[in-house]
Amino acid sequence: MVDIGKGAGDKGTSDNPPLVVLENVNKHFGELHVLKDINLTIDQGEVVVIIGPSGGGKSTLCRSINRLEPIDGGTILIDGKKLPEEGRDLARLRADVGMVFQSFNLFAHKTILENVTLGPMKVRKVGKAEAEKHAMELLERVGIGTQAGKYPAQLSGGQQQRAAIARALAMKPKVMLFDEPTSALDPEMVKEVLDVMTDLAHEGMTMIVVTHEMGFARRAAQKVVFMAEGQIVEESTPDEFFTNARTDRARDFLSKILTH
Amino acid sequence: MGQLFDFTEVFNNLDKIAISFWATIRLAAVTAVLSMILGTVWASFRVSPTPVLRGVGTFVVNLLRNTPLTLLAAFCISALSDILKFHFSETPSVNGYWWAVTALSVYTSAFVAEALRAGINTVPLGQAEAARSIGLTFTQSLRMIILPQAFRSVIGPLGSVLIAMIKNTTIVGAVAYGVEAASEMKALFFDLGATLPMFIGFAVGYLVLTLPAGFFFGWLSKRMAVAR
Repeated sequence: MVDIGKGAGDKGTSDNPPLVVLENVNKHFGELHVLKDINLTIDQGEVVVIIGPSGGGKSTLCRSINRLEPIDGGTILIDGKKLPEEGRDLARLRADVGMVFQSFNLFAHKTILENVTLGPMKVRKVGKAEAEKHAMELLERVGIGTQAGKYPAQLSGGQQQRAAIARALAMKPKVMLFDEPTSALDPEMVKEVLDVMTDLAHEGMTMIVVTHEMGFARRAAQKVVFMAEGQIVEESTPDEFFTNARTDRARDFLSKILTH
Repeated sequence: MGQLFDFTEVFNNLDKIAISFWATIRLAAVTAVLSMILGTVWASFRVSPTPVLRGVGTFVVNLLRNTPLTLLAAFCISALSDILKFHFSETPSVNGYWWAVTALSVYTSAFVAEALRAGINTVPLGQAEAARSIGLTFTQSLRMIILPQAFRSVIGPLGSVLIAMIKNTTIVGAVAYGVEAASEMKALFFDLGATLPMFIGFAVGYLVLTLPAGFFFGWLSKRMAVAR
């Protein structure tokens, strides 16, 4: 494949081929310009953490990658292919892009097992027995194998979010998007979710994570992207960013969240 | 005074009354199924991503629920059946039955669609986003995720729609299918004179149909509720 990255600024940090490429991405909500000329390349196996003040466009950026938010300018490439508009092609692409939401969004009328097997059976056309076997492996892996027969409302927030991660993984996605996965959780449940995510990162999953969990960023991420007012203000390694941020805006943000 | 509460004629004609209520039940049961299916189609149209379908759904629902049922039934039986000769069957009673079912189903479907659309609005947006994010198409997510939850949240209101439908059989019966309970009551009034006991007999007959239906839907809506 040809080198898609244009300048040094939007090159991935590894030697792996780029998997997700955003070029001059723009997005408006009415008058509000929420994404301003975003250029970002995420390589295969790379873990990127997006942080920044709320309202800065982090979630919108994350959601635009599987077109839950359509963009109004620029291009997004996933594995070399341009993101399709609505329809069957888009559905097929979304199957390759796992998504984990802040509010879990497990299907409320289905059991945990059914939540995990639905996508593989209906989208990938996997047989029921095989889908259930794989689902149970995933649920065991995220530590909630015993909860498979329960409904989402019967689980704690941390368990629900781990089930949601298993549901996304069941599709064998090329990349996983996490939109503030721990923001709606009680403090003691944050760790169990972050542990699952850290394991996933170490297994080589490509991940784009919108989060305020600095510990996770240091532990698992190769790259930190700092966003404010709809722009990427700074892009660097976690160590460099947390100890030696280059911009005033980033230093100001860090001073507010690290000093308490 | 004694004559006012003399139920002899009711008991003497119990067989006719029973037969007429059986006709009402057949009318209502088939209409219930058809109006649910049709109502689901209109509701799906109204939430579709295609503007044309949304427009069609809105137009049809507004047209149907704002047209008096009597007119709709008269249109079916007079214009479509008698004048334009669209016949379901050569047997007049069978033809009348199906036109009555058609008129009532089409009419009721608008109310089913509106109840269902209210139900769709109770399903959090995140459910649809999650469905899309695992690669389900619009139709799949509507069928597997949105509608099942929407139905469960409006079982109560749907019960009311169906009870209203059971009572509306009297209207299509009078216009198109003159053998169901209300028409039979009219016939008996004509033969025997309109008496209070006969009236009460038929009223009780309708209660026997509608009250259990109401209790059933109340029970079902509790049982099927989705915990969030």
